[in-house]
Amino acid sequence: MAGYSYHRPRKSITLTVLLGALLIYSILPLTWMLFSVTKTQPELLSSFGLWFSGDFAFFDNVGDVLTHDDGVFLKWFANTLVYVVVGAGGATVLATAAGYGLAKYRFRGRNAVFAVILGAIAVPGTALAVPTFLLFSQWGLTNTMWAVILPSLVSPFGLYLMWVFSAEAVPTEILEAARVDGSGEWRTFFTISLRLLAPGIVTVALFAIVATWNNYFLPLIMLNDPDLYPLVLGLYQWLADASGIGAQPVFNLVITGSFLTIVPIVVVFLVLQRYWQSGLNAGSVKA
Amino acid sequence: MTPFLVAFALMIVTPLVYSMYLSLFRNQLMGGTTFAGFANYVTAFTDPKLWDGVGRVGLFLVVQVPIMLGIALIAALAIDSGRLHGKSFFRVALFLPYAVPGVVAVLMWGFMYDDRLGLTGSVNDLVGFPLIDPYTKQWILTAIGNIVTWEFVGYNMLILYAALKTVPLEIYEAAAIDGANQFRIVRSIKIPAVRGALVIATIFSILGSFQLFNEPTILKQIEPALISTYYTPNIYAYNLSFVGNQVSYAATVAIVMGLVTAVVAYVVQLRGTRREI
Repeated sequence: MAGYSYHRPRKSITLTVLLGALLIYSILPLTWMLFSVTKTQPELLSSFGLWFSGDFAFFDNVGDVLTHDDGVFLKWFANTLVYVVVGAGGATVLATAAGYGLAKYRFRGRNAVFAVILGAIAVPGTALAVPTFLLFSQWGLTNTMWAVILPSLVSPFGLYLMWVFSAEAVPTEILEAARVDGSGEWRTFFTISLRLLAPGIVTVALFAIVATWNNYFLPLIMLNDPDLYPLVLGLYQWLADASGIGAQPVFNLVITGSFLTIVPIVVVFLVLQRYWQSGLNAGSVKA
Repeated sequence: MTPFLVAFALMIVTPLVYSMYLSLFRNQLMGGTTFAGFANYVTAFTDPKLWDGVGRVGLFLVVQVPIMLGIALIAALAIDSGRLHGKSFFRVALFLPYAVPGVVAVLMWGFMYDDRLGLTGSVNDLVGFPLIDPYTKQWILTAIGNIVTWEFVGYNMLILYAALKTVPLEIYEAAAIDGANQFRIVRSIKIPAVRGALVIATIFSILGSFQLFNEPTILKQIEPALISTYYTPNIYAYNLSFVGNQVSYAATVAIVMGLVTAVVAYVVQLRGTRREI
C-alpha cells in the first residue's frame, strides 16, 4: 500500500512524455499549417515547413482566398452553413424526438424498429450513395441543395445515442408524476425532459455538425454546380486546379482556405467540449 | 418518432432496395438495359479488379486497425490512470484531429509528404539520402494508413476512455487492498471493462476501412499515377457508375462489399462477445 491512494495517484513523468509524443503527432500537421498560412507561394515551396520564412503574408493570403474567383469562397462558406444548420439541425431534432420516443413510450413493434435501426448503422454509407443518386436524379433533386440536406437528416447513430441517453437521464417516475399533475406530453417534454436531455442533444448535434461540415462524398456525387459546393468540395476543386498539368500553382490558396475551413469547427468543438464530454460519458453507460 | 421513420425509410431503406433491384439488370451501350438475373454477381465474384481492391483494403484493415486501436487503448489507459500531468488538455488535444475535415487532413498530410512543399524533403536532406518517400508504390498505402490513424485515434481513445470511466472506484480500492499492482489492475479489471467498447470501435473501424475512398481519391489529385481507378472497392464502384455508366454493375459491387463487410463485422462481434464468457 505504502501511501498509495486511488484518489490521488502520483504523477508519472514517463507516462506524460509518452503521451507527449502522441500529442506532437496529433498537432504536427496543424502546426505545419499555422506556419504555412503565413507564407507566399514561392516561400511555401522553398522553406522549412515548421518555421516562419519570408514576408508575413497571412493577411494577403486571406485576402486572396476571399477574393479569388469573385469571392466564391464566401459563397461556399454560406452554403456550408445552410447544410449544417438545416441538415445537422434537422438530424438532431429527428434523432432526439425518435430516441426519446423509443426510450420512454411502449408501443407494438418497438423492438423490431430498434433492431432495424441498429442494423442500419452498419450499412456502409457509400453503398447507399449510388442508388440514392439515381433516385434523386429521377426525382429531379440532384444538383440542388436538397440532395445534400435530405440524406444528412437521418442519423441512426445519433438516434442510438439519444435512445441510450434518454433511458438514463430522464427517470420514468418524473414523467408519471407530471402526468398525474395533469401536464400534457408536449408540455412535459419541453419543460422537464428537454433540460435533462441537454448534454445528450449537444453531443448528437456536435457529431452531426462535424459530419455535415466535413461531408465530402455526398456533395461530390450530387452536385455539379460550383455555386452549390460546400467548403471542402470547393477546396478539393482548388487542389485539382493547382495540381493539374499546366495549372497555375495556388497552393497558398488551398492551404489558407483549409485553415479558414477548420477554424470555425474547431472553435465549436472547444466551446461545447464540457457538454459533449458529459454526454459521451453518460452514453457509454450502456454501450 | 414518425418523421424519423419516414426519413429513415426514404433515405436508407429505399436506396437499399433500389440497388438490389438495379443489380439484377445489365447496362449496355447498345440495346439499353436488360434483365440479367444474377449475371452481375457472377461477374463480380470473378472480377480481378474488384478483388484487387478488396485485398488492398483487407491488408489495410489487418495492419492499420490494430495499430490505431492499440495506440488509442494505451492513450485511454494513460489518461484514465490519473498519473498524467495535464490530463484534460491531452484528452481534448488528441481528439482535435477528429474535427478536421477529411479533405483538409489529406491536404495537410499530402503536402507534408511532398518533397518540395513538405517535411519529407527536409528529413531526407537531413539524412542525406531519400529515407522516406511516401509517393512510391511501396509507401503509398502506409501513407494513407497514417492519415486515417491520425484522424481517428483520438475518437477511438475517447470511446475507450468513456468505457473506463464507468468502472466504480471501489473496485480499484478493493484490488489495491488485495495487493494487485498497476499491471495486474490493467489486465484484470480495465481491459475486461473496455472489451465491449473495443468490439464496437473495431466494428466501426472495419466499416471505415472497407469504405476507404476519400483519402486515396484526394491523394490522387496530388499524385495521379499511384492510385488506380479500382484502388479500393468503393473507388471502383464510384468510377463504374459516374465515369463508366455501368450503374447496375456498380450497384452489384456495392452490395457484394456490403455483404463482405457484414460478414467480417459479424465474425468480429461473435469472437468479441464469446471471449467475454
